[in-house]
Amino acid sequence: MRLHTLTAGAFALALTAGAALPVQAEDSVYIQLPTYRTGPFAGSGIHIANGMSDYLKMLNERDGGINGVKLTIEECETGYDTQKGVECYEQAKAKGTLVFNPWSTGITLQVIPKASVDKIPVLSMAYGLSAASDGETFPWVFNPPMTYWDGASGVIKYIGEQEGGLDKLAGKKIGYIFLDAGYGREPIPLLENLAKEYGFEMVQYPVPGKEMQNQASQWLNVRRDKPDYMVMWGWGAMNPTAVKEATKIRYPMDKFIGVWWAGGEDDARAGGAEAKGYKTLNFNLVGADLPAFEDIRKHVVDAGKSQTAPANVGENLYNRGVLNAMLMSEAIRIAQEKTGKTVITSEDMRIGLENLVIDEARLEAIGLPGFIAPLNVTCANHSGTTKMYISEWDGEKWVKASDWFEPMTDKVAPLLVSAAEEYKASNAPWPARSEPCAN
Amino acid sequence: MLYRESGQYKTSYIADQAIFPIREDRIGMAIIGLVALAIPFFASDFFLNAIMTPFLILSLAAIGLNILTGYAGQLSLGTGAFMGVGAYSCYKLTSIFPDVNIIILVMISGLFSAGIGVMFGLPSLRIKGLYLAVTTLAAQFFLEWCFIRIPWLYNYNASGAIEVPERRGFGDIILTGPSASAMTQYFVVLAIVVVVTLAVKNIVRGRIGRQWMMIRDMDIAAELMGVRPLTAKLSAFAVSSYLSGVAGAMFIFFYLGAAEPSAFSITLSFQILFMVILGGLGSLVGSFFGAAFIWGLPIVLRAGFPALGLNVGAEVIFHIAQMVVGALIIFFLITEPHGLARLWQIGKEKLRVWPFPYA
Repeated sequence: MRLHTLTAGAFALALTAGAALPVQAEDSVYIQLPTYRTGPFAGSGIHIANGMSDYLKMLNERDGGINGVKLTIEECETGYDTQKGVECYEQAKAKGTLVFNPWSTGITLQVIPKASVDKIPVLSMAYGLSAASDGETFPWVFNPPMTYWDGASGVIKYIGEQEGGLDKLAGKKIGYIFLDAGYGREPIPLLENLAKEYGFEMVQYPVPGKEMQNQASQWLNVRRDKPDYMVMWGWGAMNPTAVKEATKIRYPMDKFIGVWWAGGEDDARAGGAEAKGYKTLNFNLVGADLPAFEDIRKHVVDAGKSQTAPANVGENLYNRGVLNAMLMSEAIRIAQEKTGKTVITSEDMRIGLENLVIDEARLEAIGLPGFIAPLNVTCANHSGTTKMYISEWDGEKWVKASDWFEPMTDKVAPLLVSAAEEYKASNAPWPARSEPCAN
Repeated sequence: MLYRESGQYKTSYIADQAIFPIREDRIGMAIIGLVALAIPFFASDFFLNAIMTPFLILSLAAIGLNILTGYAGQLSLGTGAFMGVGAYSCYKLTSIFPDVNIIILVMISGLFSAGIGVMFGLPSLRIKGLYLAVTTLAAQFFLEWCFIRIPWLYNYNASGAIEVPERRGFGDIILTGPSASAMTQYFVVLAIVVVVTLAVKNIVRGRIGRQWMMIRDMDIAAELMGVRPLTAKLSAFAVSSYLSGVAGAMFIFFYLGAAEPSAFSITLSFQILFMVILGGLGSLVGSFFGAAFIWGLPIVLRAGFPALGLNVGAEVIFHIAQMVVGALIIFFLITEPHGLARLWQIGKEKLRVWPFPYA
């Protein structure tokens, strides 16, 4: 039984080592980036991880951080696994991270209740719990630039436009193929509501997580049901498989619309030449023409300080990672302004995120003109509902196929409020908001 | 010299049948107990929350699988799902009876898991070995399907996830939920694991446990000697699933805080199986070794590489941990099927004659 003692001793050693690590230098702030470069979702996760860390590294290299404060960034591999995600969160908490970006709806759901207790803001950029955009209920959770429900309403709005008006949707059949997990289920309540309102039929095709790469049976059903449009909520290995299967059954690709997370270059490429016309929602520009990307090339990628292949810079998911990093860095800058401190804490970061206003002038100033539609997060609205557009795959790259348009906010907002109420009720006693709205 | 039982005479049957008949072992256990009680007062929240609590919970799950595979010889790949049964029943119980102490509900939720385990254990009366593994695999997939497809289980939550509500007990101490302190949760888990492990230790070394081992070593001989395979095998399934269920409920309520069905996937089953194989089939202490090793290795690697001054990417560490575990499993299966527990035993035997190896 003595090895018990030994293990306990080894643990005690590891503990002291662990306690010695989180030392913060005076002029730096620590941000942990939970990422996944392994596992079935790595195909999407790698580009996101590269985009996030490249942009932050670029700020360090080019400007020496934000207002002279260096950003200490560290990746934590989650593998999109909730167990590892919680471990990363605990580590991030121990090291005093400014903000936590779960990059998984499952992990987001786990950390939401902890955020207000541990005083760590959760930034779930256009994923996670849609209801979290209600800042009154979720003061510590942010999901800019828009929620899944905004996205789902946007898809229906776009389909309505294609058909010549939302009233023409009656009697249509819209297929919904989704990853059967928290992520893919999130938009269902809204889609069901809209289906009732506009009289279209929604047919669901759930794809179980471990069957992502084998969707033959789902698409066989699609071929039988012949939906007028297909909407997809997929991620990781699910996307390329779906695009490939869709081309295989010769589904008309211009009627196949994915959520913004189904918009990777690799996802569309999997379908070969027939994938041309495949569409996804988008809220950021694709391409590396903007000045900030030149700086990323110059200071990080070409300098050999990144894991990114030069060809990937400017791809859709890479840019999504850049956007996530930009939201963080802007929030830090705003928090510095609001609090007057340079080395901010995670509580200051919350204030920064709550006042996250990014207008065209600001985008111009940071070298990302027109990168996203202007964003305005407020105390009440934590998603800062902006505009989206439709990207179309032209066989080689994503091209902008529509103007920027708004989601159906009038339909989404009441649902968001009632969902937040429901969350509160099922997680009673949910703490009331005690943080003042610092504007 | 240090570890020698010569001179310790047993003068009663009770002394002879004690769990720890050797004085040095009792001293060792007392030290471990003291360390376990003292850790929370010195350790950081990270150490308690992310290392100790899950380590203890997974040890219990490994003991559960070890009962079935190590002691009764029935290979199972359904541990993850049985843990899920415990977690979901505990969630439903606490939704229906919010005022009952959560610890009681955790202990009760194991019973549901035991029931389901017995049901899926029935085929073991006719089939053995790999074929049985396939039926438990079926249990894994079927139960996971239930967790996704039966909305009643997760109270019709839109995300399909279960979220742990705040529960208090023992005079208003917060036991679960985000506001619960790491120390409280550690002590609750520690208490449950210690009590259950002691109970299991006594089952294992008594009549029931010996029946399991007889079935494992040669079922026909066991049957001829009067062991009923039906009760022996099904009781092994029941006890094993009970432990898995309790571990699963604790995993959600005292560690994860919320879970999607994918938390109880086949990956978890394999994780527990690796713990049992590495730790040692048919050994309780081995379950603790295995859990500590599999859970601790990635964390140690992640802290270790930067401490050595090596700048290694997060995903490389992940890969290294997987490779090390894989290589070790092959190594142990070839050279030491009884795992770390056997190494520990050899160490103890060496220690008995130390420093005179030929004495």
